[in-house]
Amino acid sequence: MPKNTEIRKVLVIGSGPIIIGQAAEFDYAGTQACRALKEEGVEVVLLNSNPATIMTDKDIADRVYIEPLTVEVVEQLILKEKPDSVLPTLGGQAGLNLAMELEESGFLNKHHVRLIGTTSETIKKAEDRLEFKAAMERINEPCAASLVVESVEDGVEFAESIGYPVVLRPAYTLGGSGGGIADNRAQLVEILENGLRLSRVGQVLVERCIAGWKEIEYEVMRDTKGNCITVCNMENVDPVGVHTGDSIVVAPTQTLGSAECQMLRNSALSIISELNITGSCNVQFALHPETFEYCVIEVNPRVSRSSALASKATGYPIAKVAAKIALGYSLDEIQNAVTKKTYASFEPAIDYCVVKLPRLPFDKFISAKRTLTTQMKATGEVMSICDNFEGALMKAIRSLEQHVDCLLSYDFSHLPKEELLEQLNIVDDRRIWRIAEAVRRGISYKTVYDITKIDIWFIDKIARLVEMEQALRGCAPRVASGRGGIDEELLKEAKRMEFPDNVIARLTGLEERDVHDLRHKWGIRAAYKVVDTCAAEFAAETPYYYSVYGGENEVEKTQGRKKVLVLGSGPIRIGQGIEFDFCSVHCTWAFAKEGYETIIINNNPETVSTDFDIADKLYFEPLTPEDVESIVDLEKPDGAVVQFGGQTAIKLTEALMKMGVPILGTKAEDVDAAEDRELFDAILAECKIPRPTGGTVFTAEEAKIVANRLGYPVLVRPSYVLGGQGMQIAINDHDIDEFIGIINRITQDHPILVDKYLQGKEIEVDAVCDGEDILIPGIMEHIERAGIHSGDSISVYPAQSISEKTKETIEEYTKRLAKSLHVVGLINIQFIVCGEDVYVIEVNPRSSRTVPYISKVTGIPIVPLATKVIIGNKIKELGYTPGLQPEADYFAVKMPVFSFEKIRDADIRLGPEMKSTGECLGIARTFEEALYKAFLGAGIKLPKHKQMIMTVRDEDKKEAVEIGKRFERIGYRIFATSGTADVLRDAGVKAITVNKIEQETPNLMDLILGHKIDVIIDTPPQGAEHSQDGFFIRRNAIETGVNVLTAIDTAEALVTSLENTDIQKLTLVDIGKI
Amino acid sequence: MKAFLILEDGTVFTGTSVGSTKDVVSEIVFNTSMAGYMEVLTDPSYAGQAVAMTYPLIGNYGVTPDMESKKAWAAGYIVKELARMPSNFRCEGDLEDFLKEQDIPGIAGVDTRALMKKLRERGAMSGMITVNEDYDMGEILPKLQEYKVKDKVSEATCREVYTIEGNGPEVAILDFGMKNSVLRSIVQRGCKATVYPAHTSADEIIKSRPDGILLSNGPGDPQDCMSIIEQIRKLVTTNIPIFAIGLGHQLMALSHGAKTYKLKSGHRGGNYPVRDTDSGRVYISSQNHGYAVDYGTMDKEAVREAFVNVNDGTNEGLSYKGKNIFTVQFEPDGYVGDHSSGYLTDRFIDMMKGAE
Repeated sequence: MPKNTEIRKVLVIGSGPIIIGQAAEFDYAGTQACRALKEEGVEVVLLNSNPATIMTDKDIADRVYIEPLTVEVVEQLILKEKPDSVLPTLGGQAGLNLAMELEESGFLNKHHVRLIGTTSETIKKAEDRLEFKAAMERINEPCAASLVVESVEDGVEFAESIGYPVVLRPAYTLGGSGGGIADNRAQLVEILENGLRLSRVGQVLVERCIAGWKEIEYEVMRDTKGNCITVCNMENVDPVGVHTGDSIVVAPTQTLGSAECQMLRNSALSIISELNITGSCNVQFALHPETFEYCVIEVNPRVSRSSALASKATGYPIAKVAAKIALGYSLDEIQNAVTKKTYASFEPAIDYCVVKLPRLPFDKFISAKRTLTTQMKATGEVMSICDNFEGALMKAIRSLEQHVDCLLSYDFSHLPKEELLEQLNIVDDRRIWRIAEAVRRGISYKTVYDITKIDIWFIDKIARLVEMEQALRGCAPRVASGRGGIDEELLKEAKRMEFPDNVIARLTGLEERDVHDLRHKWGIRAAYKVVDTCAAEFAAETPYYYSVYGGENEVEKTQGRKKVLVLGSGPIRIGQGIEFDFCSVHCTWAFAKEGYETIIINNNPETVSTDFDIADKLYFEPLTPEDVESIVDLEKPDGAVVQFGGQTAIKLTEALMKMGVPILGTKAEDVDAAEDRELFDAILAECKIPRPTGGTVFTAEEAKIVANRLGYPVLVRPSYVLGGQGMQIAINDHDIDEFIGIINRITQDHPILVDKYLQGKEIEVDAVCDGEDILIPGIMEHIERAGIHSGDSISVYPAQSISEKTKETIEEYTKRLAKSLHVVGLINIQFIVCGEDVYVIEVNPRSSRTVPYISKVTGIPIVPLATKVIIGNKIKELGYTPGLQPEADYFAVKMPVFSFEKIRDADIRLGPEMKSTGECLGIARTFEEALYKAFLGAGIKLPKHKQMIMTVRDEDKKEAVEIGKRFERIGYRIFATSGTADVLRDAGVKAITVNKIEQETPNLMDLILGHKIDVIIDTPPQGAEHSQDGFFIRRNAIETGVNVLTAIDTAEALVTSLENTDIQKLTLVDIGKI
Repeated sequence: MKAFLILEDGTVFTGTSVGSTKDVVSEIVFNTSMAGYMEVLTDPSYAGQAVAMTYPLIGNYGVTPDMESKKAWAAGYIVKELARMPSNFRCEGDLEDFLKEQDIPGIAGVDTRALMKKLRERGAMSGMITVNEDYDMGEILPKLQEYKVKDKVSEATCREVYTIEGNGPEVAILDFGMKNSVLRSIVQRGCKATVYPAHTSADEIIKSRPDGILLSNGPGDPQDCMSIIEQIRKLVTTNIPIFAIGLGHQLMALSHGAKTYKLKSGHRGGNYPVRDTDSGRVYISSQNHGYAVDYGTMDKEAVREAFVNVNDGTNEGLSYKGKNIFTVQFEPDGYVGDHSSGYLTDRFIDMMKGAE
């Protein structure tokens, strides 16, 4: 079927801020789809509230709106831009839900806008539990015994009729939000209450528990003619019970016979046909491990995290094909862009093994439960490709960047056998390490299987890795006695399984360099194979590579153009998110424009940078020195760029220099100077720039000496980290002991910094520097005072409350710092302003989290400019006047977005360590409207019940009074704990005192659980909080969906936004026109 | 034990011997299916060919009852890695033992992707699997260059006529090396199936007055089957509905004056898209053939192209005008691959019912 020529202007809805369960995969899918639409000459209008995305770039869409994803906004946008069609299947659940609401209300019909890529009937059939069940019954596809309930009573009745355990799945929620497994009535009631509230339609599915069955996924495509294919199947190593986003996943399936594969494939294809899906669809199955019995768990009638994974695992561009199908093409009319010989109707054949590991945030949320359940907790993921499972697993492990590089990285050797057996029952992120230990202790496969239900095939693979560890250890006595080392065959086999040199060195007692040299002597080198969708049946045009040991190398030698290596930023984690992928991709495009051959190395399947047509060559590999060196040896790049890939890339600087690869842009020693306390202090002194006084320490004792000299409060933090990991404000010696203890749980190569904590305004700039001149696109001001990580603060451009003189000082300091650090490219500086005094608190001579945001709101393409500067251009030659650029006519507010409700037991109080997972933007002509939009984009849609709770620390009480008055003026009823209530009442605010949680009911907890509270303002005291009350209140509030603000400044911003704006009158700003 | 795969062009892959240790010379072909190695090994169409699996991890679910015939037909087996610990509830043993039991020489540890690229670039090649470390290239290469898969139909067909009872239409199947799944697709639809050896005379089949005739898949070059083609010409004159698959499809075309040719590297896997030229619908099909019908050489008055391969445009099916005959190159009910083209078998059943 040829293209539908009536489709000329399409509104694409993105997925909004990055939260757990909805991450970068939708930027990848959306970007690919927008490019596919533009390729077909269709005008693209894009709506997404997330400024850090590539899809919201003016290069990707024709009209770009970074506005809140609400029905009102979409309606206004449709009236303004008059698209003829809406494509909602690329923006995850958020986009789909919006489309449903618009369709149901009749708005689309009324304005002659068609839904493309899906229909509302399809969305309903797939998403509404009842309709889905009915559809499955019609085609005889089995689902687990289940009932959709709308009340706790019905849930209990049904659960008790089918027996515990039962699984609970709220309808229309993300990442299994609010779901779980209940083993008894008490658990059922708890999870069900929460789930009913989280579900948009107030429905939760109560289902027979099939935990322990194999979890299998099929990615299928279908066109409007009804042609359908399977792109890929995948098997979760973790059986049913762990959300697939938190599971170890392997593609293709390994332990299914062809009969099971065929059965599930046929089922997936009949489902996609019955649901009448046009485009992509993900079907999740539970398969009984001992029979052919299976159940359909879930269907996602859209692109998803799994489809991103399947795309990267096979090379088949699912989102692109889905976009073309939406335009009317059939599968056999869409050329396979990888082979350029086959068509999209050719099912990919894989000739390698793919392993995905989740990146879980337990290093950030140390108080959180590590248990993995049907509620997703991972912030990101890594993927690896190899010709054997062991190798793929080893590569994936070291790609995580969580101080793990083999199956010995978490040590369970101290556990007695009984205890270890007991702990095999724990389902968390360290399970495979426990299994490895069990294998080391000689515990039988059968025992491990009986406890974990992980297939014996996988246990055997773990055993093979353990056997290799033991074989390598066996070399140690020989090495120790100087009677030789490792033999060639063993080393070959270890490398085939992707043991990194440093692990081989650790196990054998050899030096890492010796292992490296032996490898080279024996010619044991990484070879690269192509991901081509067709198992080499056709010659592929696309250079998408993965490494193996012991095979033929397929990388074509390229010459002529200068080669640049761009290092990606690895898995999405708190503190290092999608922003760095934005920077890596733009840097790659900028180099390509300048005539360079570009090479990307990255391991994150969710990102745009790992799409097959972004760079000239893509290496899907771990970002460790050894893995990078193998590529460098082959490609011999003329230079590498590290300043765009976050800390992951920066950390590789030294290794790259040792390999002889020139670092393009700011030199490594200057990057070091910014991190090294002494060097940096010398530079600041030379530049005559003040900073908060402080010192460097390694131990708690040293820290206490420094802290007492400075006077509390002090800021304690490790150096060389991103996202303020481990950063804390200490108010006494006791805090120091606690915080340093936490930091030193992982061996620190670098000293810990202790600084005087100044509570001033926090200001941030990003600048491009060419060695002489600087260009500052704009100054950003944080709403929250210093002490809250910049990534968790609301950031406002242009800065609101600082004087012109201060702005000049900031410009001047930036210039001095950039020059003395010899910055060529990007620099990010954070300042504290107290009165007219400006202090520098942090300098990062690299791209930062704010780069995409400031680029978009100022219209200055910073990354391409920085890239040109790195190549040797001067700012003056690029058409810009150096210095601080004139302020835009708009106000832009960047709002952090958190995923606290997903992480059980994580403390939500904000502090110097970053906790947000994403961000959204509010942009408008007035500050108030921008602020309102930003809150709205972050999902804070108020007022609802006009009731709130205040409980603030003593320091904040004065300001709390003003805020209380303002909330009261806009009609809020204020509940407060006794201290806060007294202060409020003294000032004339009619606050109602409410009992603390340990006091008798009705108390604070009853209020929260009554579902009638809009917001809680709870500002905990500084320092380590030793009362559990605050934590308990905040957790309960978050889990019942109440907004909680832990900084008084955020509260003020919220009331300001509520005072001023009416949602129907939002103005929409086309970013492309700034 | 070390094993060697020596190709006609002098390339040698070194690996580990799995299965039988006897030497074998055969054609080297690939299969791109990621699961379904049992069906591949036991497909009679692989007679005279050593199969290299492009998926690197083979034998993961062990030996299962998913056999396409009573024994393994592949002349040799080439893999990257053979599973040490197969795991599946239907697993009856490991694949290495099966290869030994079936006396099939195999080699593991081969860079099968590199081999596949060679086959793609140079086209089909002969090769030898041996465990003899002192192999003599000078002696081996001429043998390889001479080798041709010959008269494998006679080997692969059944020895005697046999019948599977059913209440539906009676189908006479000419077995050229039939896969179980072909027979199953007929029997499952309630037909009575009488299976005849490949060289059965047309008269004998006609005499049995079947409602329909099925020409099965099978190994080798269709042009080697001249005597069978003679018999098919006679069958065509009867107006008994005929459905043909794989080699049967090629033989039917040859009987109508078509030319067949050898594909450069063949179609072997479970992921080939074929387009039904009537409906425009595309089906994913399971295929295993090294030869194809050149539709261009056929009389367009007598025959119409019913299916084409979406990737390379080769012929995948023919419909004979004015006759109750249609034939497909792929396997409409293959175990490896899609079942959705099973409607073709239904069409054959309908044709038989219509002709009554």
